[in-house]
Amino acid sequence: MSFPPTGVLRKSTGCLTAESIGLWRVSSPSCFRKKAGERVEKSVYNGIANPDFSTPFASLTTVEMTPFLQSNFIYVWRQFPPTNKLKVLIPMSKISTSKIKDDVSIVLCGQAGQGIQTVEFLLTRILKLAGYHVFATKEYMSRIRGGMNSTEIRASSHRVSAMVSRVDVLIALDRGAIEHIEERLSQNTLILGEKQIIADEEDLTGYQLIDVPFTKIASEIGNAIYSNIVAVGTLAGLLGLRLQQVTGYIKDYFSAKSPEIIENNIKAAEAGYKVGTDLVRSSKIGFSVATDAQVKDELLLSGAEAVGLGAIAGGCNFVSSYPMSPSTGVLVFLAKHGKDFGIIAEQAEDEIAAINMAIGAWYAGARGMVTTSGGGFALMTEGLSLSGMLEMPVVIHLAQRPGPATGLPTRTEQADLELALYAGHGEFPRIILTPGTLQEAFHLTQKAFNLADKFQVPVFVLTDQYLIDSYYNISQLSLRDIKVEKHFIKSTQNYRRYELIADGVSPRGIPSYGDGLVCVDSDEHDSEGHITEDLNLHTKMVDKRLKKLESIRKEIVPPEFIGPKKRKNLVICWGSTYHIVREAIEILSRDDTAMLHYKQVYPLHESTADFLKTAEQTIIVENNATSQFGKQIKLHFGIDIDRKILKYSGLNFAVEEIVDELQTLLS
Amino acid sequence: MDAKVFNMSDVDVAWCPGCGNFPILKVLKQALAELQIESTSLVLVSGIGQAAKIPHYFKCNVFNGLHGRALPAATAIKAANPALTVIAESGDGDIYGEGGNHFMHTIRRNPKITNIVHNNMVYGLTKGQASPTSQLGFKTTVQVAGVFLEPFNPIAVAIALDASFVARAFAGDAEQTKQIFKKAIQHKGYALVDVFQPCVSYNKINTYQWFKEHCYYLEDSHDPSGRIEAFKRATETDKLPLGIFYTNPERTIFEENTGVYHEDKRPLYDRDVDTQKLRELVEQFRGIT
Repeated sequence: MSFPPTGVLRKSTGCLTAESIGLWRVSSPSCFRKKAGERVEKSVYNGIANPDFSTPFASLTTVEMTPFLQSNFIYVWRQFPPTNKLKVLIPMSKISTSKIKDDVSIVLCGQAGQGIQTVEFLLTRILKLAGYHVFATKEYMSRIRGGMNSTEIRASSHRVSAMVSRVDVLIALDRGAIEHIEERLSQNTLILGEKQIIADEEDLTGYQLIDVPFTKIASEIGNAIYSNIVAVGTLAGLLGLRLQQVTGYIKDYFSAKSPEIIENNIKAAEAGYKVGTDLVRSSKIGFSVATDAQVKDELLLSGAEAVGLGAIAGGCNFVSSYPMSPSTGVLVFLAKHGKDFGIIAEQAEDEIAAINMAIGAWYAGARGMVTTSGGGFALMTEGLSLSGMLEMPVVIHLAQRPGPATGLPTRTEQADLELALYAGHGEFPRIILTPGTLQEAFHLTQKAFNLADKFQVPVFVLTDQYLIDSYYNISQLSLRDIKVEKHFIKSTQNYRRYELIADGVSPRGIPSYGDGLVCVDSDEHDSEGHITEDLNLHTKMVDKRLKKLESIRKEIVPPEFIGPKKRKNLVICWGSTYHIVREAIEILSRDDTAMLHYKQVYPLHESTADFLKTAEQTIIVENNATSQFGKQIKLHFGIDIDRKILKYSGLNFAVEEIVDELQTLLS
Repeated sequence: MDAKVFNMSDVDVAWCPGCGNFPILKVLKQALAELQIESTSLVLVSGIGQAAKIPHYFKCNVFNGLHGRALPAATAIKAANPALTVIAESGDGDIYGEGGNHFMHTIRRNPKITNIVHNNMVYGLTKGQASPTSQLGFKTTVQVAGVFLEPFNPIAVAIALDASFVARAFAGDAEQTKQIFKKAIQHKGYALVDVFQPCVSYNKINTYQWFKEHCYYLEDSHDPSGRIEAFKRATETDKLPLGIFYTNPERTIFEENTGVYHEDKRPLYDRDVDTQKLRELVEQFRGIT
């Protein structure tokens, strides 16, 4: 379907007219913000004569929209009956509307190897230092060169931490870019790119394209490779940054390079900046994203970095892993800082070696972790069982991607919850933490080491590609309450590693610390740790190991409740969907709808029963096909979740999708 | 030091009478006692199999892990606390079969650990199937027509990978085996000792007598620094050489290469997070990183 589809908003008349035949309905507004932090009242939204109409447009020619069009709105249109096509309309007059935009979604799209990551890296940092709130996330193909990848950067006057589907500005770096994200484009997306490169003439019908000769500008400076820096400059100009903010950062970023390269990069940024400012001057586009001086001093980091920092804060001094997307970033981070923090970072020959090493390291008193994804973790499951039998702590960072088997290596999914939960033969306790924010990725990874040490069990930090590859600015990572709690003891001469004691957590000695001997065995063992085939003893040992779950239950991270206490509807989610659901709930701002986010999915906090039973309708949001978390709730509390919003395309949810789905379910 | 310090009291040994594992157990205790290694600083790491039960008959620290996975665990134990004497000891099926990949990469990694492999050319624990080192034509309940897979040659593989210490011993010769063990334990780097060890229950071919007839010691003139010659000797099949085939003392060891002990000799358990450095690292995320 070509764009525009059916509806055209006319600011001059304040009317919506529909000119083609078909069923459409306003399903949700995706952006309700007028100015920084200010929300549009619900009543304004209800100002539409019939916000949820499904009347054929053929007969409906005009809808009064007057109160609406005075503000900065984006109207989300969805074909009815619903299809995957989500179209975004903003009022006709681009200049006036874009000028009042305070939350801009910029998407860079091109091939791997075209420098998108450099643009993303530079632009997010430059924006942050200039006082913009930023969020960035990427989707990419499993290629080193070629393919089609995109990165979204949100620059906003208020805090942003989730992906939106709308695209305000697209930097199309190659042919195929437009097609690649076509579903997210609208008439109001401003596309910047080299016309003859990015598409054929007919493909561009209905789009606003501004021909910017990135390559030509770069070549004139000295080399086409500077074209990505030209793009950085252009975006900075468009967003109204000061030139000095851009060139200053670029100078620092390339400081290790030759003076000529630094000079050329600065020239490229300057040339791009001129393009951007010229566009603003000619009133083709403009934004008024308010800056906040405090943002400049905030932290800007990715999920991988948050997990990595959390590991260091947790006392991690041994990491053994086999590279696997999307978990490798954590290994890279720990390797990079290994020297400073005394961390042994070893790339194992396979995941089997990796987890056996980590367990061996804990045995000798180190704090070991592995970082992997589903397929790699599948190889670790025997090792997981070893951790259960030896009662040896181990921390497993499992960054999910779609399976089965190799699946989609660079995509995201929340489909390994059951894998983490049921992996490993035999029965033994475990803990599964599921951070939803960067702060949680940091604090829960830190906590994972203490929990593993305290209860002598494997502890999972279950993330996914979306969380790991996304970053945004946060005010602080508090180190105040952080403590590395070492739970091992100095052994005495007649030390018995598996002493049968009441809570099941026998004091853990380590070799050569004290006079005792530390014996651990993957066979069933006696209290000394030596092999046994005494069946009564086996029963006692199984009980002892499972008994630890009782102590573990006393320290479950509770779910976070957000929204009105008196709610009818409860939206449940876990892990990386936190900010997406939260922004959607805030946009809806219904006084009858709240959200409940789980940061620990096993064991489950007992408050779950009360939360769910007091809701009239429960809705679960999961990035998987079978609602794995919903099944856990059913299993442990006997409660069926009423409605499910599931996505398993390999992509994370966008805020608008949740808004839209909830709107439908709650109407 | 008396080798008895390593004796366990009241231990129910699961090996068959006459098993080649007994002399290895005895000789290893003697070697360790002669080297004055305290049981508290000794860690025996094993996998699964008859040979892998050896730590349970030894008074010391024990890590009896998973089948085939002794070497990764042993490597990490040594890396986490280099002051420990770490011996990874298991059978031919465990180290060369199930753990073949780790065998290869541990040689590359070169931690200062001793790897004693009880090589009886058969699976004992699972009752008599072929092992990676079973000889061609060896008949079992599974290999009913006889083994037709080329036997794994651990000595040749280790030399090919430039292992830093490669030796073969025979359990029937206590004195020579003890000397080889002592050199292996003292060696700075990964030391492989493949020990021919008859299985009295499931291998009626490769008996004590057979090994006596088919083995001989490398001459005193054999130069273990010569890799080509060592490899050549490793490929001999008519008569199987015993002794130290090859050493490469030039290779650096894993624990040192990790870099964490250059300035700080303390084992990892004795260290704490440098919170000031962590604070500084977090601060870096405010500006240019």
